Amino acid sequence: MRTVFKTSYDADINLFRHRVQAGWYVLLLVVALALPFLLGTFAIGEMTNLLIWAIACMGLMVLVGQTGQASLGHAAFLAVGCYANALLQLNLGLPFIIAFPLAGLIAGVAGALIAMPMTKLHGIYLAIGTLAISILTDDFIVLAEPLTNGVNGLMPPSIEIFGVSFDRYGMPGRLYYLVLAVALAVIYLYRNMQRTPLGRSFAAVRDSEVSAQAMGVNVARTKATAFGISAGITGLAGALMGHFAGIFNNETFNIIISIQLLLAIVIGGLGSIHGAFFGAAVVALLPQGISITRDFLGQFVGGGSIAIPGLESAVFGLILILFILFEPMGIYGRWLKIRTYFELFPFYRRDMFRRQKSYLKTERMR
Amino acid sequence: MDVLQLIVSGLANGCVYGLIAMGFVLIYKATEAVNFAQGDFMMLGAFICLGLTNPEFMGLPFWISVPIAIAIMGAFGYALDLVVLRRMFGQSQVAIVILTIALGFVLRFVAGLIWGHQPISLQSPMAGRDIRLGGLVLGLDEVVVILVTVILTVVLYFYFNRTKLGVAMQASSQNQLAAYYMGIPVKRIHSLIWALAGMVAAVAGILFASKGSIDPSIGLLGIKAFAAAVIGGFGSLPGALLGGVIVGLIEPFASRYIAAGYSQIMPYLLLFLILVFRPHGILAQIHQKKV
Repeated sequence: MRTVFKTSYDADINLFRHRVQAGWYVLLLVVALALPFLLGTFAIGEMTNLLIWAIACMGLMVLVGQTGQASLGHAAFLAVGCYANALLQLNLGLPFIIAFPLAGLIAGVAGALIAMPMTKLHGIYLAIGTLAISILTDDFIVLAEPLTNGVNGLMPPSIEIFGVSFDRYGMPGRLYYLVLAVALAVIYLYRNMQRTPLGRSFAAVRDSEVSAQAMGVNVARTKATAFGISAGITGLAGALMGHFAGIFNNETFNIIISIQLLLAIVIGGLGSIHGAFFGAAVVALLPQGISITRDFLGQFVGGGSIAIPGLESAVFGLILILFILFEPMGIYGRWLKIRTYFELFPFYRRDMFRRQKSYLKTERMR
Repeated sequence: MDVLQLIVSGLANGCVYGLIAMGFVLIYKATEAVNFAQGDFMMLGAFICLGLTNPEFMGLPFWISVPIAIAIMGAFGYALDLVVLRRMFGQSQVAIVILTIALGFVLRFVAGLIWGHQPISLQSPMAGRDIRLGGLVLGLDEVVVILVTVILTVVLYFYFNRTKLGVAMQASSQNQLAAYYMGIPVKRIHSLIWALAGMVAAVAGILFASKGSIDPSIGLLGIKAFAAAVIGGFGSLPGALLGGVIVGLIEPFASRYIAAGYSQIMPYLLLFLILVFRPHGILAQIHQKKV
């Protein structure tokens, strides 16, 4: 085990705890950069999909993991980002490099505006409010047909930045690098946000609204800010998702996607960037994993690959149930436990990560 | 007359929403948890009854299979709490929400596996018969739905406010630890309430199935019913019915007088407005604590 001697106050807020940790992340970055040379076109497409999901998961993580506000409606902000990005390019003819950040901004402003009346809701009421927003967005896209082309959907133009093409099919490697760059920028923003007073007030609101208020945090404004940042990042992911899918309509961002996003970050582990990436990996790679397993099993049984509708979401649901029952801290929590076990060997105790149970009191009596 | 027909069919739809919403409220009232799989419970109840009744499956008489289906769903609810939800005791509300959402996915898959994804209709004796009141033609199924719902609401309301077990259920939600100290078997109460919610869901499912064909995706109706519960006031049984009826009525009228696309939107728009202006619903259950 490594003991860090803190010799300055900066040690508490440094991006990396020590050099070895920084070294591991640099290594990870090198691997990520080398991937297009190691993998085939199909696998690179899957990795791009994973990164886009990871950005969306980080967006939701700001809200759920950092600020403790459950949202069942983040597909709405994916849709806002995606449509804003595509419409700015198609209707106003803006280049991608301007339309993309603008799309994130529009989604962020939409999120903050929507959050304002909802900041006094909490817990389950907030979840149902955001759920309503997700469903309303879906229907609104159909109703606003002159703008959004309704159920027929839109096709965003191929990405081009200063004459360099990032086409989804022609240049999968370049698109991967573009998405990776966005993901890195979001990670940097996220990490820095955690170190600022704003990030600290997010955590304060998450842990106890009453104490946060007592410490002088403006709870309503903090929640609205968290909503805005979260929706903005999610909007960026939505814009990329649109380019990656090639064509999208209202169905692309339905309520199931909202729920999957929330489930992904719970499986990954709430409250950490690692969790967002683990969760995104589960969501993005599960369909391929299932179809590969099915083909593999089909070889032995002889039935070939039989399509079973709904299998994906059922497997996903089952994984989630097992995680909530046996590992509420998600994949990242399990990884932390395993790492601590080896770091402290042989002094690891089973109850080291146990949290105190709280017995419920009604919210209806105050 | 047209308007009256719209009202009756809207009421019948609303009553089914109200019954599902009541399942939400029952569990919330007693355990402070929200069961997002309630719609899928309803779907499962409907399919069990269908599986027992329809000639291509078991072919039992309708009036025998209804109590069996209700009993099976009750046992299912009890077992679910015993095996899965009891492990969640003392964890946060949102964790239980996420768990039940995942459970809904699994239930939908299992139902699809057993009964297929094609819409099937239940062979009930109520289907296709009419009652004539003056010039008004009402479907027998719609009248039965409304009657059963009203009776069930009254029974459950008195159960919660007058019987010992009902009061114990309320107590265990208001303060788990204090209820336990008072000698209430909190864990068993939780299992019982899940059983009760399963039974109510089975009734809702059978009533829904007798109005038209069903397929595994009708579980998603639960989302609309949840909106109804929140509109009416989460935690209030009459509120659940009221919310259900409002949602049921607003849908046909919106599609008739505004435009077809709006019938989907209106319930959620109403929900959003209610959340903003009256966050705890029409029949709010928030009481100020007197010091």
